[in-house]
Amino acid sequence: MLQLVLVVWVLSVLIFAWLRSLPGGPVSALLGDRGTAETRAQLTEALGLDDPIFVQYLRFVGRALTGDFGTSTGVSPGKPAMDLFMERFPATIELSIAAVLIALVTAIPLGYVAARRRGGWLDNTGIVGSMIGISIPIFFLAFLLKYLISIKLGLLPTGGRQSATIDATRVTGFFVLDGLLTREWDAAWDALRHLFLPALALASIPFAVIFRITRASVLDVMDEDYVRTARSKGLAGRVIRDRHILRNAMLPVVTTVGLQTGALLSGAVLTETVFAWQGIGQALAIGFERKDFPVLQVVIIAAAMAYVLVNLLVDLSYAVIDPRIRTAQKGS
Amino acid sequence: MGMALLEVRDLAVSFRRKGEEPTAAVDGISFDVHPGQTVGLVGESGCGKSVTSLAIMGLLPQRGNQVTGSVRFEGTELLGLSQKAMDERRGRDLGMVFQDPLSSLNPVIPVGLQVAEVLQRHRGRSRKEAMAESAELLDRVGIPDPTRRIDEYPHQLSGGMRQRALIAIALACRPRLLIADEPTTALDVTIQAQILKLLSEMVTGTDTALIMITHDLGVVAGLCDEVNVMYGGRIVERAKRHELFAEPRHPYTAGLLASIPRLDAPRGEKLVPIRGSVADNIPWTHACAFAPRCPNALDRCVEVTPELVDDRGGMLRCHNPVEPALRAGAEEVRA
Repeated sequence: MLQLVLVVWVLSVLIFAWLRSLPGGPVSALLGDRGTAETRAQLTEALGLDDPIFVQYLRFVGRALTGDFGTSTGVSPGKPAMDLFMERFPATIELSIAAVLIALVTAIPLGYVAARRRGGWLDNTGIVGSMIGISIPIFFLAFLLKYLISIKLGLLPTGGRQSATIDATRVTGFFVLDGLLTREWDAAWDALRHLFLPALALASIPFAVIFRITRASVLDVMDEDYVRTARSKGLAGRVIRDRHILRNAMLPVVTTVGLQTGALLSGAVLTETVFAWQGIGQALAIGFERKDFPVLQVVIIAAAMAYVLVNLLVDLSYAVIDPRIRTAQKGS
Repeated sequence: MGMALLEVRDLAVSFRRKGEEPTAAVDGISFDVHPGQTVGLVGESGCGKSVTSLAIMGLLPQRGNQVTGSVRFEGTELLGLSQKAMDERRGRDLGMVFQDPLSSLNPVIPVGLQVAEVLQRHRGRSRKEAMAESAELLDRVGIPDPTRRIDEYPHQLSGGMRQRALIAIALACRPRLLIADEPTTALDVTIQAQILKLLSEMVTGTDTALIMITHDLGVVAGLCDEVNVMYGGRIVERAKRHELFAEPRHPYTAGLLASIPRLDAPRGEKLVPIRGSVADNIPWTHACAFAPRCPNALDRCVEVTPELVDDRGGMLRCHNPVEPALRAGAEEVRA
């Protein structure tokens, strides 16, 4: 918990100072070429940007503690930055969860099989594939998918989260889940079709990393004495795989998944921009372009909190998987 | 004695790595194990004793090695068996206890389940029945409070307890053959004796035969009916326990015995180590592999490979064996 507070505080100082040191600023972004010296001065004062930076910072912190992060100036002018964030955050979570799920359900089985048949065609294909997955720029992959599958073949929508023709009821802000909860199957299916390509593009890096880690980890575990013991008992098939190999091999994989949250967020900026996905990644991209300080501040701080929280969950899940850690925690 | 339970004939295992000549870890060994018998396989690290045991169990790495010869168990050739057929026998007819009990138990699974799963596999027990039987087995191998211990993880048990648990696993289905590969090496001296006692208790009076693999002649002395001494992947001497200790014939065996500290030896008597190390081996082709380290070496020893021949009721592979009289003489000189 202290860790979380410390991270957020340091980050808030850095982001605050850094945004204000950028060339341009919200005033230029809002007024463009039309601004006269007079209107610029008026707007600067209205936005409170004429005060010394530490006064601005203290005012920001004071309001932020009450949940008020200021008003958006660029992404959605006039709207409270916090409301904008709350509206868009579920979209990014939905996209990230879909991406992680795609990565997990493909990378773990493939990594396992690749390790068991080391040097086989699947292993080699997987290694090359993960190399491509990790080195291909995510915006390029996103454009490629969009061009081939949506534009050329017309199989899936080109962007957005839901077709305009569908009148869906909103419950949670996760569109696929909403459709399932309200039994609006057409809405759920439509949301899923919109979700697929951006999630696939976003999954490329986590897939590559998880595949590599799973493969290496399974190779390590297969050489362990306890796997030999298991085989000396005549165990085979699923018991060896799930109980003796995978369960031990999953520890490093879980760590990796936590660390990949950061990569997901930076990936989301690009993917959401390409697929017009109304999430915080897109808000970040637009916010930078239009120097929307309040939106950038709330998004970056929330993203950092999410990152710390996910890794906290990862630490807790260790204890579920590894009894040695459980005992150590009980003892301390 | 009747038909042998296990017949090993000309078993050879060589490992090959890319771009290198294959190296022979086991170089054509033959021995029998009869039901209820305890047979020792003794030698220094690297002599091929562990590889022999893994080859019998079919637990060698699946790639990079070549196994030839024959391993017949109750008349069935094991070397050609499919993985599936071997899985049926492992744990049921053949059990194995390993050297390092901590690394040999799965760290994330309760000990009781690790015993129970072998019963579920071969005895068709339900999870519940197997867990109950698992507690009984842990009790039999001397683990106190077994109903509580079955839910504990390996790291919560002491080294001796872990080895007891491994023994319970290996013996759960009452196998015909138990292979113990250096089962006491990783344990404290006080625990070593307990584990040896347990192993001998568990197999005496049953049909279960035991192959005891060790570098420690002290372990052999208390346990084995017959002893095979290995050097450089081959058996160099085979004898009944008493003959081996009273009159070792091979200079290597004699060297092993002379290098054991004895409490009843006169004070001031020096321990006599075997010169050199396993690294000094020469190949068995046209020579005796032990010749560079052998105090009895003749010119012939580096020219002609000695064969394993009958010798005083046992077997011996040596051109110039230790003569009892000479050995006594040597001891006088030393004194």
